[in-house]
Amino acid sequence: MKVMQSKLHNFILLVTILFPLSVFSAGPKTELMEQKWPFNGIFGRFDNTALQRGFKVYREVCAACHGIRHVSYRDLKDIGFSSDEIKSIAGEYEITDGPNDEGEMFQREALPSDKFVGPYENDNVARVANNGAYPPDLSLIVKARAGGADYLYSLLNGYKEFPEDYEASDGMYYNTFYPGNQIAMPSPIEDDIVEYDDGTEATHTQIAKDVTAFLAWTAEPELEERKSLGVKTIFFLILITIMLLGVKRKIWKDLD
Amino acid sequence: MKELNTTTKNKPTSIDEEKRDFLFITTTGLAIAGGGAFAWSMIDTMNPSKDVLALSTTEVDLSPLEEGQSLTVMWRGKPIFIRHRSESEISSADNVSVEDLPHKESDESRVKNPKWLVVVGVCSHLGCVPLGQKIGDNKGEYGGWFCPCHGSHYDTSGRIRKGPAPLNLEIPPYEFVSDDIIRIG
Amino acid sequence: MDNQENKKVGVTGWIDKRLPVFTFINHNLRDYPTPKNLNYFWNFGSLAGITLVIMIVTGILLAMQYTANTDIAFDSVERIMRDVNNGWLLRYIHMNGASMFFIIVYIHMFRGLYYGSYKYPREILWMLGVVILLLMMATAFMGYVLPWGQMSFWGATVITNLFSAFPVIGDYIVTFLWGGFSVDNPTLSRFFVLHYLLPFAIVGVVALHLVALHQFGSNNPTGVDVKSSGDTIPFHPYYTVKDYFGLGVFLIVYAALVFFAPNFLGHPDNYIPANPLQTPAHIVPEWYFLPFYAILRAVPDKLTGVLLMFAAVLVLFLLPWLDKHKVRSATFRPFYKQFYWLFFINCIVLGWVGAMPAEGVYVLIARIASVYYFSFFLIIMPLLSRFEKVSELLPSSISAAVLSKKFDKDVNESYAK
Repeated sequence: MKVMQSKLHNFILLVTILFPLSVFSAGPKTELMEQKWPFNGIFGRFDNTALQRGFKVYREVCAACHGIRHVSYRDLKDIGFSSDEIKSIAGEYEITDGPNDEGEMFQREALPSDKFVGPYENDNVARVANNGAYPPDLSLIVKARAGGADYLYSLLNGYKEFPEDYEASDGMYYNTFYPGNQIAMPSPIEDDIVEYDDGTEATHTQIAKDVTAFLAWTAEPELEERKSLGVKTIFFLILITIMLLGVKRKIWKDLD
Repeated sequence: MKELNTTTKNKPTSIDEEKRDFLFITTTGLAIAGGGAFAWSMIDTMNPSKDVLALSTTEVDLSPLEEGQSLTVMWRGKPIFIRHRSESEISSADNVSVEDLPHKESDESRVKNPKWLVVVGVCSHLGCVPLGQKIGDNKGEYGGWFCPCHGSHYDTSGRIRKGPAPLNLEIPPYEFVSDDIIRIG
Repeated sequence: MDNQENKKVGVTGWIDKRLPVFTFINHNLRDYPTPKNLNYFWNFGSLAGITLVIMIVTGILLAMQYTANTDIAFDSVERIMRDVNNGWLLRYIHMNGASMFFIIVYIHMFRGLYYGSYKYPREILWMLGVVILLLMMATAFMGYVLPWGQMSFWGATVITNLFSAFPVIGDYIVTFLWGGFSVDNPTLSRFFVLHYLLPFAIVGVVALHLVALHQFGSNNPTGVDVKSSGDTIPFHPYYTVKDYFGLGVFLIVYAALVFFAPNFLGHPDNYIPANPLQTPAHIVPEWYFLPFYAILRAVPDKLTGVLLMFAAVLVLFLLPWLDKHKVRSATFRPFYKQFYWLFFINCIVLGWVGAMPAEGVYVLIARIASVYYFSFFLIIMPLLSRFEKVSELLPSSISAAVLSKKFDKDVNESYAK
């Protein structure tokens, strides 16, 4: 009887643990190209030099079609840009402001306090310019896709020729990792499409890696602070819980 | 209940009590410290956020302002009064004995360029916005500003001269970026 | 006790004579006699209370930063995440707090179900608990709508559309709930107001829940009534310190989720702003609704599915009258115990199948599991009440149970030697 019961308990335990896991692991069917990102794991940190390279890729390649509207120019300070650099970066963008005292909208240079200016005035313009496909804002893209950074990296490396006898639609491209495989965005990167200031060789995979890291930062700029505070908090909680267990044992001791 | 307390609590020896006290006190102390740190991090969310702090500088072009005219701009959600003072306004502000003022400040110490007076347009009494910016406004007895809430009179240097307000109109931090442009904040 | 009351002098005594708050605290949190054999499953009541407080405090602070308008709701949440001091912490605590709240309350309920805590004389205590669960579900659902992401929008659309299943008045109800002809600004606005209001209603019902609890005191793992003062110990310091320790363990789990996997229980699609023109490929509710969602989808008929889903919660109200077996604790009910664990697994299966697409074998599993869910309450419980014998092992009192357990332990230890 006892044995049976412990078996039952083990079974219940197993079911309890495995079922939820199977629910959450039910992700995309194609195996993603998993990378060892420096920002993964409990002690994860961003690599600022990679983020700055990624920012360059974003600015010179992605920004033609995609915005990062939740990010402000001032936020670039977090990835190692100086105030003056930020000012000059912001100054390259024009922003519509107003109305002024004459009641008219006017153009001015963007300030560090402004959000990144997107490539299109509104969503409909964006659609018209891209054959009806809306290029999504990229500030949250890593958080907004199952698989996160690995998915984005895979997508950027996943372009192939259409397989034979594939019924391809006009203006679409084949991507192994895109749901449904037909994507409206042509492969955005190629070798040497940007020139890195730090001399890093701008290969296709390097570019994909850097821009993905940059977009992981735009999605979770709080990540470093979160993880380092988390380590401290959990250490504190474990310590105090052990101490509370000691207090509890001592108080309960007189009951025995 | 009493019975129970006596039966359950007569056992521990004095050494045990001591030990318990030490552990008990350190645990309580640590818990209070941790709880306090957490409470502060939550309360801190109510302090000005990064986007609010980032908006704390404004640049103003003074060139369209003629002598005698005033301009009101917003800075940190408050009105900033900028007045292009005439010679007579400057001299009336200058020719006052500082010692006789409720809040002793010379006009010189309140301006960077005597032609331009830049003050925060908030009455130092209870936070109303004084009149005197628009043509036809009551400028008070000293030709500066007049606060309609409780009748404070400010002179052409924004100094309190009469009424309940205790202090002069505040000077915001600003600098001349060029001859005609100032940056507030 | 007399001693303590005499000791109250000075300001405390003056206040207490006129407003007996200190006597009240003393009775309910200090001297309050509690069965001495409670196990760690009895920690979850106080944990639920603490989580409710955490949710209300973080919720109030979030409401100071959030804007309930379809144009900027999503952006205002992103502003909290990026610009507000510790805003990400605030939001992740609140977001994951909802999940933790449900985990705790579900364990709390499964504990009650195992140890028969709903039986005489605690029927109203149990029913108030079910009311709290219903309020929590409504609050959680409306809270999930507020960030105005894709899942928020489509979750709101799907759940409010459930009411359209009712004949004749269905469409009218849905239009009324929306305040328009689709989920839109009026809907978001009222959901925000209700999401802010309902937690205070929960606090009220929790207070009643505690009054009802303290009328007869806690149940205990043997399910045997307290017979003498030897069966109980004062709540303070014994259970206060035990609760603190339990809280520590709970906070470790909670913090691990908040700091290292804040979006593990969420859905990536909710980081895409709501788009009324495009439904996400695979809509799933939050995990704590999945078992009920599975029941809804298991039924091919819309109205029946909706009714059964509501019935799945409402049947809990009838529990005290469905299970009338004299013995409370499943420890001394070998048959009930088997069905109970099967029911437990069944609930997890329902949750799992609720997250799967509604096709093929999943539908079959959902149907079988739904049938067992209701059979457990409506058939197995009444039958067992009649036919399951009262076990000879049932101890005569709590003290007797504690003693025999100790005896067993001593015997085992001496064997080991």
